[in-house]
Amino acid sequence: MALKFSYMPWAQKLAGILGGFESAGSLHRFCAVVMVVVFVIHLGMIVSRKRQGGRSWREVLSGTGSLVPNMNDARELWATLLWFLRRGPRPNYGQWTYWEKFDYFAVFWGVAIIGSTGLMLWFPEHFTRIFPGWLINVATIIHSDEALLAVGFIFTIHFFNTHFRPDKFPMDMAMFTGRVAVEELKEDRPRYYEELAASGELEKNIVPPAPREMHFWGAVFGAIALVVGFSLVGLIIYSMVFGYR
Amino acid sequence: MRIWWTCLALGILLGASSWATGEELTSAQCLECHAVEAVTPPRIPSPPGEDLFLLPESVHGGLECSDCHGGVTEEHPLEKAALPRVDCGQCHADEAELLARSVHHPPVGAATEGYPQCYSCHGAHGVFKQDDARSYLFTAAWDRACSQCHEKEEAVYRESLHGTAMVKGDPLAPHCWDCHGSHGILPPENPGSRSNPINVPEMCGACHAENAPVAAARNIAQHDILQHYEESIHGEGLKRKGLTVTAVCSSCHTAHHVLPHTDARSTIHRDNVVKTCMQCHTLIEEVHRKVVEGRLWEEEPNKVPVCIDCHQPHAARKVYYDEGVSDKDCMACHGHAVTGATRVLAAVDTIELASSTHARTRCAQCHTGAQPSLHRPCETIAAKVDCSICHAAMVNDYRRGVHGQLAARGDPDAPECLDCHRGHGTQSKRDPASPTFPRNVPTLCGACHREGERAARRLPPERQHEIVAHYSMSIHGKGLLQSGLVVTAMCSDCHTAHRELPRTDPESTVHPDNVPATCGRCHHGIQEVFETSIHSASVSQTERKLPVCSDCHSAHSIVRTAEEQFVESVIGACGDCHREEAETYRDTYHGKTAYGPGKAAKCYDCHGAHDILPPSDPHSRLSRQNIVATCAQCHRGAHLRFAAGYLTHATHHDPKKYPALFFTFWAMTALLVGTFAFFGLHTLAWLPVSFRELRHRKRLVETTGDQRMFRRFDPRRGNCISS
Repeated sequence: MALKFSYMPWAQKLAGILGGFESAGSLHRFCAVVMVVVFVIHLGMIVSRKRQGGRSWREVLSGTGSLVPNMNDARELWATLLWFLRRGPRPNYGQWTYWEKFDYFAVFWGVAIIGSTGLMLWFPEHFTRIFPGWLINVATIIHSDEALLAVGFIFTIHFFNTHFRPDKFPMDMAMFTGRVAVEELKEDRPRYYEELAASGELEKNIVPPAPREMHFWGAVFGAIALVVGFSLVGLIIYSMVFGYR
Repeated sequence: MRIWWTCLALGILLGASSWATGEELTSAQCLECHAVEAVTPPRIPSPPGEDLFLLPESVHGGLECSDCHGGVTEEHPLEKAALPRVDCGQCHADEAELLARSVHHPPVGAATEGYPQCYSCHGAHGVFKQDDARSYLFTAAWDRACSQCHEKEEAVYRESLHGTAMVKGDPLAPHCWDCHGSHGILPPENPGSRSNPINVPEMCGACHAENAPVAAARNIAQHDILQHYEESIHGEGLKRKGLTVTAVCSSCHTAHHVLPHTDARSTIHRDNVVKTCMQCHTLIEEVHRKVVEGRLWEEEPNKVPVCIDCHQPHAARKVYYDEGVSDKDCMACHGHAVTGATRVLAAVDTIELASSTHARTRCAQCHTGAQPSLHRPCETIAAKVDCSICHAAMVNDYRRGVHGQLAARGDPDAPECLDCHRGHGTQSKRDPASPTFPRNVPTLCGACHREGERAARRLPPERQHEIVAHYSMSIHGKGLLQSGLVVTAMCSDCHTAHRELPRTDPESTVHPDNVPATCGRCHHGIQEVFETSIHSASVSQTERKLPVCSDCHSAHSIVRTAEEQFVESVIGACGDCHREEAETYRDTYHGKTAYGPGKAAKCYDCHGAHDILPPSDPHSRLSRQNIVATCAQCHRGAHLRFAAGYLTHATHHDPKKYPALFFTFWAMTALLVGTFAFFGLHTLAWLPVSFRELRHRKRLVETTGDQRMFRRFDPRRGNCISS
């Protein structure tokens, strides 16, 4: 981000804090590697779960618990819009709402796109042996705008949808604890609750409340993420408005 | 001739025979015929006998006629025979002998005509003692003897100091024979002659030597004249080297027209003395060109010191500086400042002067127009010191420069010589204590050019300010002031010391056309490379402004090219002309990271710095031959597809030149805008219902909510609970 807006004084300061553009670049590449590893692990887990479940790819992608959007999501989106406009009741959301599925694929797609273009930018000498040189320029645009999208989306839309909306304020701790109050589950995702209750999985997975430390560190992480995220968003908006070129 | 001699010999024989036969006449007998009336004034006896009436009173009054005119007998009146020649040598043998060798005696065998006889000077019968007013040689009647023949000399002598004194009857006034001798006058070329150069100093010294009658009795400004002369280069030449062409007294003072130096006609008058010296020292202005601008001798002689201002008249020496008598004269009054006596006007710090580069410069060399004969010779000094007498080139430069031009207009801010150079204490620029020593120059110039000082205040706001402060922080300033490198460029290295001109003046060293040469005086290697680059006027024939050193490096704020300040400024500097290139460069990775001291490629990393050439030039760093090597400086493993393929100045704003980038950018932008627009509205629309939900849930919690915790997923294992 500092690089994208490097013409802004704040970006140069930020890069300076990180040890200059060079060391910021090293940091960036290190994080990129971590991110790619995480992505690969995630893919590996999907594959291993598929094997454990003994299901076909088709069943994995379209069965229950899948994050792949389907027609039901489109219907729920429509119903949600009606609900917003008070033209209907709150839709009976299932395990994953459509915006959560969007969030997931946004990241999935983002990591793939950013990762691949990033690799191109990391090793332009090698990529240009196969691709034309201008593709590096294209990769730069995609890499940077996609990152802008990701940061912007996570810290505004995602934050609001998941944590910041008044009924979840200030944040949904489920991310860290993995736990949710049954009552809340029932309210939020009635269809999922019913499915769980019907299959008996609900009773099987009743657990004691999360330890206090888990809550505490979750809150700390959340707060940091919030501060960083909002500062970045603030700076992006500031740069877009006052220093765009 | 031979016939004449024969006749003479016959005459003598006849005379001798008649004396043998007849009685000698008595004086009374002679006077029977030769009684001559008195003539006043008595003329030099020709024909003889006109002064005969003086004989009885003359020194020869007691002699018989025949004592001189021997051999005159009774036959004389009858025969009308020629009388034998009177031979004064009969009695005056010594004088006759001297005369016989003198210029006044015909050479052996030559005719006597035209040569003076004894009576020519002494008179024939009216011979009196010299102090007798009737004597031809009486001092007050001096014009009756020598001047008969030496008319011209007499006329000149009459005007001279000696002649006028003679007329006044001054007993010390020299007579012709006081200098030339009387009977034994020899030609001047004869070393025995008193007027031979070798003898002239002694001859004049007879009166003018210290303690000699004239020197003792008369008020003559000079002292120890003869002694000084003998010790002088002239005296040495004459006495030790035997050079008779050396200047002697009469060479400068003339022989007969001796006049005091106060007399405008005098050869030693200030106005004439140069001419006098130049009789021998013909090309002296050539010799003095370094010291005194030669042209001034002729055009403005009043401006330059005359010979005697530096070379003491009688004590002229090769090394004349050590003993400047005139300096002592000046210091008698002006040197008091140091001795602690009464302070005087224009006191000269002699200690300061002694340590200055002008220590060996005589006062009169700078302070021209002094009149040595006055009690206060400086009374006549009217003009300010004109340094151009010696430092002509510098002063000409100064007059051409801004400082001199302002001074000519009478601007009170204009600096003059002494504002930068000390007066009596002026020092070499190599002397660390000198204000013009390199390390002191910024302070010196800063006295006026520092911000807030008078020179800086005159500058309009758009001109360069904080010059001295910027310079001090620049690579040059740090080199000079912090590292102590005296070879570092300082003010006068670029602006010149005396000929400072604004950069708008085509003759200025800091005019853009001349800047490469100015910087090249030290950075010569760079200049050579630069002159072959596209930015050099010798390569690019263009109307557009070409950059010079200072456009990229600045003038006073020059920093190391490795420093952040330069790196940042140079892209802007290139961008001043190459606007589009600079802007598009900033759109690429290189440009985005080129803030601060990073490794990101700047303009010069690819294009070169001083050797910039268009990529079409095979020698360019960006030519097909060189581009891979250029990129490989950073990108190890670079190849032509990479080097030539990557768009280093690409922009996504140009659909014609870079369609791929343009459409990628707008596709991404559309994606972003679309996503944010949809979810933005989505979120906004959510807000009101979310508040309603909040109230609803609070109620639920307060009533009968199931507060058991359900595990949606295990954060450690990451698997979600599916139904």
